[in-house]
Amino acid sequence: MSVTDYTPTIDTGGPAQPLLTVNHLRKYFPVRGGILGRTQAQVQAVDGVSFAVAKGETLGIVGESGCGKSTTAKLLIGLTEKDAGEIIFDGHALGERLSLKDLRRSVQMVFQDSYATLNPRMTILASVAFGARVQGLEDPEGLARKMMDRVGLDPNRFAHRYPHELSGGQRQRVNIARALAMSPRLVVLDEAVSALDKSVEAQVLNLLSDLRAEFGLTYIFISHDLNVVRYISDRILVMYLGEVVEIAPVDSIWQEQAHPYTRSLFSAMPSMDPDNRTQTPPLAGDPPNPIDPPKGCRFHTRCRFASDVCKAKTPSLAGLARNQAHQVACHLYDSTSGHPQAGQGIPA
Amino acid sequence: MKLLDISNLSVKFSGKRTVHAINNVSLSMEQGETLALLGESGSGKSVTLKALLGLLPPKRTQIDGQVHVNGTDVLGLKGKALQKYRGGEVSMVFQEPALALDPVYTVGHQIAESVMRHKGIDKANAMATALDMLDRVRIPSANRRLHNYPHELSGGMRQRVMIALALACKPKLLLADEPTTALDATVQIQILLLLRELQKEFGMGVIFVTHDIGVAVEISERVAVMYAGQIAEEGTTREIIRDPRHPYTQGLLAANLHDVARGARLNAIPGAPPALESKPDSCAFAPRCPVAMPECRAALPPVFEPGPRRRVACLRANEPIAAE
Ligand SMILES: Nc1ncnc2c1ncn2[C@@H]1O[C@H](COP(=O)(O)OP(=O)(O)O)[C@@H](O)[C@H]1O
Ligand SMILES: Nc1ncnc2c1ncn2[C@@H]1O[C@H](COP(=O)(O)OP(=O)(O)O)[C@@H](O)[C@H]1O
Ligand code: SF4
Ligand SMILES: [Mg+2]
Ligand SMILES: [Mg+2]
Repeated sequence: MSVTDYTPTIDTGGPAQPLLTVNHLRKYFPVRGGILGRTQAQVQAVDGVSFAVAKGETLGIVGESGCGKSTTAKLLIGLTEKDAGEIIFDGHALGERLSLKDLRRSVQMVFQDSYATLNPRMTILASVAFGARVQGLEDPEGLARKMMDRVGLDPNRFAHRYPHELSGGQRQRVNIARALAMSPRLVVLDEAVSALDKSVEAQVLNLLSDLRAEFGLTYIFISHDLNVVRYISDRILVMYLGEVVEIAPVDSIWQEQAHPYTRSLFSAMPSMDPDNRTQTPPLAGDPPNPIDPPKGCRFHTRCRFASDVCKAKTPSLAGLARNQAHQVACHLYDSTSGHPQAGQGIPA
Repeated sequence: MKLLDISNLSVKFSGKRTVHAINNVSLSMEQGETLALLGESGSGKSVTLKALLGLLPPKRTQIDGQVHVNGTDVLGLKGKALQKYRGGEVSMVFQEPALALDPVYTVGHQIAESVMRHKGIDKANAMATALDMLDRVRIPSANRRLHNYPHELSGGMRQRVMIALALACKPKLLLADEPTTALDATVQIQILLLLRELQKEFGMGVIFVTHDIGVAVEISERVAVMYAGQIAEEGTTREIIRDPRHPYTQGLLAANLHDVARGARLNAIPGAPPALESKPDSCAFAPRCPVAMPECRAALPPVFEPGPRRRVACLRANEPIAAE
């Protein structure tokens, strides 16, 4: 693999301009039901999500299943059509100066279920070369061989094999090679290592770190495993029922989770200390249904600190006094919110 | 009497391909103990539990060795005796509640049925037991939930019902096959703490299968680490976490990323577990082991016993320097 094989689109805005900016992204899914199959309700999968990813940064996204992580990812690359919101890639807004085709070349995605995403009747080589061929790149097979080699799959051994002949870890390497063959600048990894055994997961994480350094990649790394997200990310974004509740540099959020939900999520991690096991579960019950999410702060039905204002008014994201880069959406941090305990953050 | 005594258990599947799933496993448990079977996929955890429940398909399975639960020779059980043993003396909870719960019956009916079958009590008393069990697994408004069908419950609630069903006949040994793996972290910890409480309350033994060391720490006093259908290492949870001796256990702990510096290169175990087409006749971990020596590839490693009920199947386990 040489640098000349990697031909990403040119950097237009310079290092200070975010590679990706997302503003007020929204996606509701209609849920059909009733005798006539009429639309009865909407799943508010993603509701007003905004964030930016800097060039070369890795943004981790965490949250429980159904909170909208995958939908967010699919909206980013136009796999799911957004209802509203803005997607700006290196200064160019999608639908204005940027076409979906251009976006899809620069942003690639790797999913969890490597089996479902690979065509079972295509050889590994054909799968890796596929995107490059569709894009009309030169010598797609030669490129595919180099990419296979780069992700640790000897092309002489694996080129003509089929997905079912590979282990889960090998298939995930194929998916990474296939994404890289398009010379993307941003790679969205949606639970990309979650199905792997721990020892194999560590190998793939090493590979992802190497590739990021070598090709100057930017990652959005989605996972339910907080330890993995901490390890690989620069910043962490926490979602709850379709909304962003907190976004912060890793060290800052690891040291102090500002949002009551984030704090519960972190406390739910198994302890790893036999002499200091978890004594009480941080939350009771299952997450509520995104079909009819609670009004106001969506977490208020499970929050220990909820007051009347939380049921009525939706808190917006704002920087903490101690660190403006650490943003949280909770009335406890807004002294003008009307929350009786507002101002000091989570009460001791 | 020992709760569980497995000696030299081997399970071989034949068919399209041969798999030596379990290879000379010996394991024992005292009454009321909690043991985590920890290992990666394919290491033989589920097959071990199935052997304990007499659930392996007889035609394609060759089983050798002995399994005794409370003195009962499990591998010799057949017909009625086997039915009585399953769900009575020993019961199981799964990752997927659908494996245990029948969609066409209410949850109360299912629990009551099982109690009537095993304890021979009448319907009214069995329903009372079912209600009591739903209460004990902390299902809110248990009275109403008794008449729900499984699909009317949330994921975490179904998991609780499955536990209620498994415990209704007061088993001496509960087998749990990754029952929290598919759950979100905040629900998982609720179920783990519930199981921990119920275990104390009922005084039963528990074997909890997991691939997650953190889960093992939360749930069990003892851990047996499985690799390639063998026990690589066994000890108290404290010993396994504080003083892992087998290079595989050490690798697994590092791969948990619990206290790895951000962005630091991971000491990943290379390669993948063996396919087990033949029975291991040398250390099964040697091809991936950072400290393997020629002797490791020549014969099965000796089992080193650094303390009571502590063992490590590694030639180098006795060396003072931990593997890097
Ligand atoms: N194609 C779809 N049609 C209807 N509902 C969907 C669809 N995709 C996702 N959802 C719903 O949207 C919510 C968010 O889902 P998802 O983004 O997959 O969450 P996550 O990845 O965080 O688990 C869930 O309630 C899910 O059931
Ligand atoms: N019924 C079966 N027939 C053939 N092979 C099986 C059967 N059940 C399990 N195996 C094989 O036995 C090995 C151990 O499986 P299992 O105990 O399910 O592993 P795990 O540790 O992931 O629970 C695997 O290689 C698996 O493919
Ligand atoms: S806004 Fe209110 S309900 Fe929401 S997290 Fe903060 S205190 Fe809790
Ligand atoms: Mg998802
Ligand atoms: Mg299993």
